Formats: sequence, structure tokens, C-alpha cells
Amino acid sequence: MGLETSKDPFLTRVKQSEKDTFMQKSVAKAQDAQWDKREAARKELGHWQDWRNLGEQIRQHVIKYLPDYLEEFADNVEKRGGHVYFAKKDTDAVNYITNLAKEKHVQRVVKSKSMVTTEIDLDKALLKIPGMNLMETDLAEFILQEDDWDEPTHIVFPTLHKNRDQIREVFQKLGYEGDNDPTHMARFAREYLRRDFLQADMGITGCNFAIADSGLINLVTNEGNADLTMAIPKTQVVVMGMERLVPSLKEAEVLDNMLSRSAVGQKLTSYCSFSGEQVAGESDGPEDLHVVILDNGRSNALGTPFESVLQCIRCGACLNVCPIYRHIGGHGYGSIYPGPIGAVLSPVLDGYEKFGDLPFASSLCGACTETCPVKIPLHRLLIKHREVMMDKLKTDKAFNKAIMKGIGMGTGDPALFQMAMEFDHSATLPFVSKKPTSVENLYNHEGHITHAPSMAKGWTDVRDAPRPPKHTENFRRWYKDHEAQKGETTDGE
Amino acid sequence: MKVVVFSTCVVDLFFPNVGAAMVEVLERFGCETAMPKKQICCGQPTFNSGYVADSQKTMRNEVDALLSVDADYIVGPSGSCVNMLHEFRMHLADDPEYGPKAEQLASKSYEFTQFLYRVLHVIDAGAELDAKATFHRSCHMTRLLGERVAPFVLLDHVKGLQMIPLPHIENCCGFGGLFSVKEPEISKLMVNEKVDDVVSTGADILIGADQTCLMNIGGRFSRRNLPIKVMHIAEVLNSNVDMSRVRYANEEELAAMAGGRD
Repeated sequence: MGLETSKDPFLTRVKQSEKDTFMQKSVAKAQDAQWDKREAARKELGHWQDWRNLGEQIRQHVIKYLPDYLEEFADNVEKRGGHVYFAKKDTDAVNYITNLAKEKHVQRVVKSKSMVTTEIDLDKALLKIPGMNLMETDLAEFILQEDDWDEPTHIVFPTLHKNRDQIREVFQKLGYEGDNDPTHMARFAREYLRRDFLQADMGITGCNFAIADSGLINLVTNEGNADLTMAIPKTQVVVMGMERLVPSLKEAEVLDNMLSRSAVGQKLTSYCSFSGEQVAGESDGPEDLHVVILDNGRSNALGTPFESVLQCIRCGACLNVCPIYRHIGGHGYGSIYPGPIGAVLSPVLDGYEKFGDLPFASSLCGACTETCPVKIPLHRLLIKHREVMMDKLKTDKAFNKAIMKGIGMGTGDPALFQMAMEFDHSATLPFVSKKPTSVENLYNHEGHITHAPSMAKGWTDVRDAPRPPKHTENFRRWYKDHEAQKGETTDGE
Repeated sequence: MKVVVFSTCVVDLFFPNVGAAMVEVLERFGCETAMPKKQICCGQPTFNSGYVADSQKTMRNEVDALLSVDADYIVGPSGSCVNMLHEFRMHLADDPEYGPKAEQLASKSYEFTQFLYRVLHVIDAGAELDAKATFHRSCHMTRLLGERVAPFVLLDHVKGLQMIPLPHIENCCGFGGLFSVKEPEISKLMVNEKVDDVVSTGADILIGADQTCLMNIGGRFSRRNLPIKVMHIAEVLNSNVDMSRVRYANEEELAAMAGGRD
């Protein structure tokens, strides 16, 4: 699948999302439920703003000293007997892992949920190996795999767009004969997957946090599947973004706490593990551990105004509060990283040509910035992307550019603005409707506008526009008359 | 107390009723107002669209115009535009001349209800309006300017006004400045849900502290031919005022105010 999930133009995807009323309802319902759970979990912790400051400091510190922490982490993984591979690009990571699988004659792979392995499109490459059997073991990812590799729509809730009946249909193909009760279906999946765990000769996981001073991998899940993936197969591959580090267990404890509360509104997820290569005296864990540390465009952000996007801990809270995501869903974004974080991150990872539409898909309401547990100024970074595209790369269409120049001039020059205020009542006449409107106190100046030309068409495609007052009736004139009246009163006294 | 009226371009271009109501309320509470003629716009239309270079002249013009009168405060009828005045500190920080001016500007700029509540300490503005209404909470005012309380306190004390909570009050109405024009398809989905939520309250009047949001939601009401009256909060607080009803914050309320502007 890779980072890009669709070749359709942005507008086509938006139109598809608009038609998908089931998805819209599911997302809205999930957002509303999460709003209560998340805020309650944060309130229970107390001093949330102080925690955010701490979370931000930890992440900023790690990004600032990233090379040092990467080196420390890699050294510690190797000290325990593990291997570390730095992958510059997605293909480097994929090649390393597929070669490893071939060398070791791996036939059965179990995976636990990992956005990064979706980003590098690892599953497809592994399945090209003859005889390879690969199983996604996260319940939602398992459903997507069995539904002919459907795309995830959320970084924490990948199957948000599916209901229980759709999932039952997917399971029926695997021999499930029960009803649509989630408990029954989950039990079926559990039994189905257990075989794969026990037979697997390679496990692949992502990584929530990599602990630099011990070389351990920290994973948080609610299903325990990551722990089984880590504990059972003899060969273990961990794929992680290069920014996913924390200095020590102390910082992991802070961030796990914030991650769980922000992502799912829980104090802590059901499972939270710290593991590495099996060492003497341990009864389980991989005998051969490979940690693949992936750049794949992340270093594009270093030293730029976008550096703070690397602070992200992938909690998905910004998706859960985003009014755009609420309506267009994950598929609308066309990136495996959707929502506000995806709109900021995707162009950083893979450029404006593919993802240049995303930074404009925001009303800049700031809900993302407000909820982010590590204080990434997401809506400001969206404006920054727009600035790079408009001011520096000049990607805008000439026509829009001319209009924006015009607005820039009109709002920067008092004389031009005065002219605009004086002329626009009569200038709007050709577009004015004088039919009665259902709305009171919005259209007080002889009609309203139903079909505006040029750039304003986007407005009137959706809603009516007010007609400007005559220049003798605008606010400036009112104030002038008001002042004169006051003056007369004063003079009279 | 001298107050500069920050009129905002939208009020200047479309809504004299909003500007007039704000000025009348301010003067009723003893403010001497002034309106610098050269002011135009806070610069958000171009700045938020990414035309940051083209916004420089607009921002500097606004700074100079609003500071051209020696006043105690600058007050505007829009949480979003006033927040932008505050953000000039960030956007003009590197300018040795305008950086300090932007600091000065921000230190005395207030959104209208914020000024009434936090500076003048008004709890009851003496207004009366016999109606059932709901309030749309605008995003920039709430999240960026950090004003979550003032309009609600003032509306709660309008005589005869029954306020119904708006479901999904946390969600944007889909205005977003030129977003509404450039992404009408997404904006439509957002404003439709907002209209449905307003309708679900059964309110006769939709009140807001940002006229642009009201222009968006009201515009969709009109297009869907659904009845509603829209009022800027300044118009509500300017309705049937009886000065004998005016009440200022007591000590307990003053204590509650402190720290509310985060």
C-alpha cells in the first residue's frame, strides 16, 4: 500500500467520502465517544497542561539530540546480541527484511499492528516469497487483511469504517458461523490467530518507544498480540521510525501514560511491554532480534519549521477531534497517516506533488493543536505548508494568485479598501436575489447573493452571501454620523 | 477610558448593524470611542492561505492604524480577528520596528465580550430579549484567544433570554476563512451538521461572537430555506437595555475571572 493509499484526485476522494454516510456516522459516533473518554482520562490524571509541557520537552529533547540517542540505542541493542539496520528509504527496509526472511527460510510470519510497516508496504513484498504465510494479528488489521487488504482509516482504530455485519461477512469467509456479536467474533479471531502465533518462525512488530539506555522496545496494546509476536517466534523484526526514541524508562513511563489516555481514554492499555533479545535466564523472547530504524523522509523535517512533527507519539487524538476527518474519514486523505497529523506529516515524508492538497483541507479551527499531548502546533504547521507552496514554490494557479494578490493589496492599502467599500453594493447587483429568505437579520441590504462569480463561487455553491450595504449605509458612515451627532450634543451643552 | 474600535473588514464591508451595536454598548458603559480610518483588515485571508509575504503590508498597516490613536484599549467584535492582532507578536517578531509595536498592540487588544467581562467586569449588561436562543462558540476565540467564559456569562444574564446548549459545540462550523471558498465540498458537510445541530435545539435565534461564522451558518440556513434569526452578541447585549439592571462582578466573580483568559 505504501504511504499513498489512493491515486484518485483529492476532490474525487472527498466526493466518495460524502457518499459514504455509514462511514461519516461511525466516525462522528466514535469521535463523540472518544471526546468524553479522553477528557475524563486526562482530567483524572490532573494537571494536564503540565503533563503536556513535560511531554513536549521530552520529545523536543530527543529530536534535538537524535543522533546521540540513536547511537546509544543501537549500541545497547547490539550489546544484548541484537542487530540494528538503518534504512534510508522504504525499499532499503523492505529489502533487508525480505532478505532476512529468505536467508532464514521463513515461511510463517506473524505481525502486530505497525503503521510503519504499512508505510513501507512490507506485507506485499513478503508475500511474494514463495510459500510465505503472513498474518496480521491485531484484530482490526486482521479484518482488513482478510477483507482483501482494505485500507486502514485511522491510525489507532483502523476499521472505524466497518460495522459488525461487514466484519461478520469477512469472518464467514474464514469459516465463522456465529452471529454479529463482537465478543463471539473476537473469540473466533483469537482461536484462529492462536495457531499462527504458535507456528510462526518470524515476528514483526512496530515500536511505540525505543529505550535508548537499555536497547529495549516498548509496545502498548489492548490485545496482547504484540507481546505474543515478540515472545514466540525465534526471529524477531522491529520496524521503527527513527524519531521513536526516549532516553530511558522514566520518559517512557510519562509518554505511555499520555499516549494511552490520549489515544483510547484509558489510564494504561491492557498490555504494556518492554522487551528485547532473549538473554541468559529468560524463558522467552526472540533468539535473533533485528531492529530496522527507518528514515524514509523523516529527516526532511530536521532543522526546518516542520521539525516538531517528529514529536508525534501517534496517539491519533488529533484525528478524533478534527471536524474535517469527521466528514471525509481516513480514506479522504489518501495517506495512511490521515487527519491533521497526516496533513502535516505526509507532505514532509513524500512531497507536495502527492500530498499538496492536504494542508488546505483544514479550516484551521485549532482543535488538533489544542488536544495534541506533545504540543505540536499542527494548525500552524498547516499554514506553514501553505506558505511554502504559495510563497516559495508558487504552485497556485495564476488566476487564484491574481485574486489573492488583489486581496493582499485591498487589505493593505486604505485607499483601495475605501474604494471597495464604496463600490461593492451596486457592483453586486447582477448577482442579487430579492426573493425572501428564511433567515432574519443577515441580509439587511436589499437582497442576498445566490450565485457569485470567480473565487466567491465556492461560497455561493454552498450558502447564500450577504449583499454589502450602500456606501451611505456602511459602518464607517454610521460611525461618522454618530460622531457628528455626539459632537452636536456636546456643542449644545 | 478611551477605546479604539477595531471594526474588522467583514463588519466594514457587510454588517454596519454589528459595529453600531458594539459602539453603542461600549459608550453606554462609559467608553469614549475612536475609529482610526486607515484600519482595514487583520490579514488572515491572505496569511492563512499561505500568502505570508503578501500579508506583511496588511499587518503593518493595521498595527499603525490601530496605534494611531492614543487609547487605553482596542476592542473588536470578533474573537478570530482579535486573536490575529495578538499573533502579530509572532508574525512580526523579527521586525525591529514592528516587533515592539505588535507587543504594544497585543497588550491592549480585546474581543468585545472579553473586554466587557474582564476589563469592565460587567456581569449583566442590562439587556432584555424575550427569545429562545443558542450560542455558536467560535474556534479561534475559544482555542487561540482562550476566551471560553465571557459570552456565556453575559448571555446568561440577559433578561428573558432562554439559552439552549448547542450539541457538538466543540466542532468548527466550516467557515475557516477562505477555506469555505476554496474547499466548498468539505465546508458544506461541516456547515450542514452545524445547521442540523442548531435546528435540534429548537432555538429561534443563533447568537455568535464572530460574525463570519454566523454569515456561514446563516447562509446555509438560507440556502436550505430553514428559518432562523442570527444575532451578533453585541446586538443581543444592545437590546432593550435598562441601566438599572446592570450589574458588575462581585468579589467572588472577580476571583473566578482571574486566570480564565488562558
